[in-house]
Amino acid sequence: MLSAESLKKIDHEVTKYPADQKQSAVMSALAIAQDEKGWLANETMDFVAHYLGMPAIAVYEVATFYNMYNLQPVGRYKLTVCTNLPCALSGGNDAAARLKQKLGIGFNQTTADGKFTLKEGECMGACGDAPVLLVNNKRMCSFMSSDMIDQLLEELSK
Amino acid sequence: MTQLTQILLAGLNPSDPNDWRLRNYEQREGYTALRKILNEKIPPDAIIGEVKKSALRGRGGAGFPTGLKWSFMPKQYEGDKYLVCNSDEGEPGTFKDRDIMHHNPHSLIEGMAIGAYAMGIRTGYNYIHGEIWDTYERMEEAIDEARAAGLLGDNILGSGFSFQLYNHHGYGAYICGEETALLESLEGKKGQPRFKPPFPASFGLYGKPTTINNTETFASVPWIIRNGGEKFLQIGKPNNGGTKIFSVSGHVNKPGNYEVPMGTPFAKLLEMAGGMRGGRKLKACIPGGSSMPVLPGDIMMRTDMDYDSIAKAGSFLGSGAVIIMDDTTCMVKALERLSYFYYEESCGQCTPCREGTGWLYRVVHRIETGKGRIEDLDLLNNVADNIQGRTICALGDAAAMPVRAMIQHFRDEFIYHIEHKKCMV
Ligand SMILES: Cc1cc2nc3c(=O)[nH]c(=O)nc-3n(C[C@H](O)[C@H](O)[C@H](O)COP(=O)(O)O)c2cc1C
Ligand code: SF4
Ligand code: FES
Repeated sequence: MLSAESLKKIDHEVTKYPADQKQSAVMSALAIAQDEKGWLANETMDFVAHYLGMPAIAVYEVATFYNMYNLQPVGRYKLTVCTNLPCALSGGNDAAARLKQKLGIGFNQTTADGKFTLKEGECMGACGDAPVLLVNNKRMCSFMSSDMIDQLLEELSK
Repeated sequence: MTQLTQILLAGLNPSDPNDWRLRNYEQREGYTALRKILNEKIPPDAIIGEVKKSALRGRGGAGFPTGLKWSFMPKQYEGDKYLVCNSDEGEPGTFKDRDIMHHNPHSLIEGMAIGAYAMGIRTGYNYIHGEIWDTYERMEEAIDEARAAGLLGDNILGSGFSFQLYNHHGYGAYICGEETALLESLEGKKGQPRFKPPFPASFGLYGKPTTINNTETFASVPWIIRNGGEKFLQIGKPNNGGTKIFSVSGHVNKPGNYEVPMGTPFAKLLEMAGGMRGGRKLKACIPGGSSMPVLPGDIMMRTDMDYDSIAKAGSFLGSGAVIIMDDTTCMVKALERLSYFYYEESCGQCTPCREGTGWLYRVVHRIETGKGRIEDLDLLNNVADNIQGRTICALGDAAAMPVRAMIQHFRDEFIYHIEHKKCMV
């Protein structure tokens, strides 16, 4: 079950598509569900399937195809750092190394206190602002020098 | 023409946080093209004719003439037709559509409304890259503004023409930038490309006739209608009309978006981007996004930035992402990262792409880590041969072309890596 607030958001998304094409709202519905729950457990996906009137398997297919869905629990803050070539030419790998060092974890790992999960990302369409990283899929942080990373981690650790 | 010619980003004031709003856009002549069309009831064919005259070519990567694409839509079709904007900007190196949507969102809305009018379409979707959430929210707000002002929705400005426009976001899949994968994704499915033909103009979104264009393509349209196709064409070069936003990244002093007339010399663009970082030497440049062949610096310095000139030099203008690499760059490492990307992002439908991208990555990785063999260079070309032209979509080609070009232009460096088990630079 999702909160009334989440359902309201999903209902709004559903209005964007023809009445017989509710399934088109599945990507946003899953994103909304993930924002509320932190990750997509099977029962959450089943609920979304039921809500949109689609087979559960069709929802699993979508959730597993797109990289930004969390199919396992993640830390309170999921940090996704871009290491694709344009970013790598401007410090993307240094940013990744700094994050690993400060958090003491590698990619696809979560800190012991459950606060941070680190992910390697592909081009976010923001290469001019390299290095870039995303916090919980939604907040993009640009020009992430070591100092900026330290500041961000301090802010999020509070 | 001077370097200051701007169409897409013209008149924007970066220090004004409200400059994207409807009121400000209208002060920059915004929506005058749409108003004129609706007031004067300009025939749809005349609009398509103007776009044809402008020599506007698709800015998403393939460079297909936009007016011609628009003329493929069935005119007499009775049922629903769709207009889709491809804002799923994920081609490594490209970040122009984000700036258009962030700073000038109404230019996209007006361009789509004009396109919809010209093709007799009543519903449109703007598919936005999942990673740029604040841009999605901005577009949501801009569409609300336009709707409230009667510029979108039912019976626009009392003309009888209706056009509904909605935003849809992706959630992390590069392949959804491919137009038929994007349609599948819009339908709420995995983003796996469709076999073509049938093309979207006959079988598109929900099986209905659909036209898909890139953000920058649509955003160029209001200017063309305001000023005439001929004038747009003259700003650029024959067959390469208008201006183009180049996203310059990598080893330059001022990475960023630069809008210049088609045909601007690369050297000029490099200068605008502040020149090489640390005054170092230009080694190589990928002129059109990571899927396009790399070119050595000296060839680039002699090339102009338009579709035909870059093709003549041996690469493609693609999405206009200009990735600059100086002489500290290891080309093997650069290729390794790109090959990893295509391997990760292959949707897995076609065997040559699914298996081939894995092979490409593993072999380049082996060379990079000092375990390569001299036969590997032929093997890479062989794998590339087996991918190119044998797949459903162009991602296969996009994975193969960079490999081929890297080996062609920087063969010595690959051989050095293999023989010395380390990097030349
Ligand atoms: C793997 C792949 C990725 C693509 N990514 C994009 C993209 O991010 N944005 C885009 O506009 N076109 C992209 N394209 C090109 C689209 O398929 C299509 O040609 C384009 O959106 C058409 O619009 P245009 O004619 O205005 O360029 C991609 C193509 C392929 C094969
Ligand atoms: S070429 Fe690759 S990405 Fe394209 S459809 Fe085939 S497997 Fe999918
Ligand atoms: S390569 Fe990192 S945002 Fe494009």
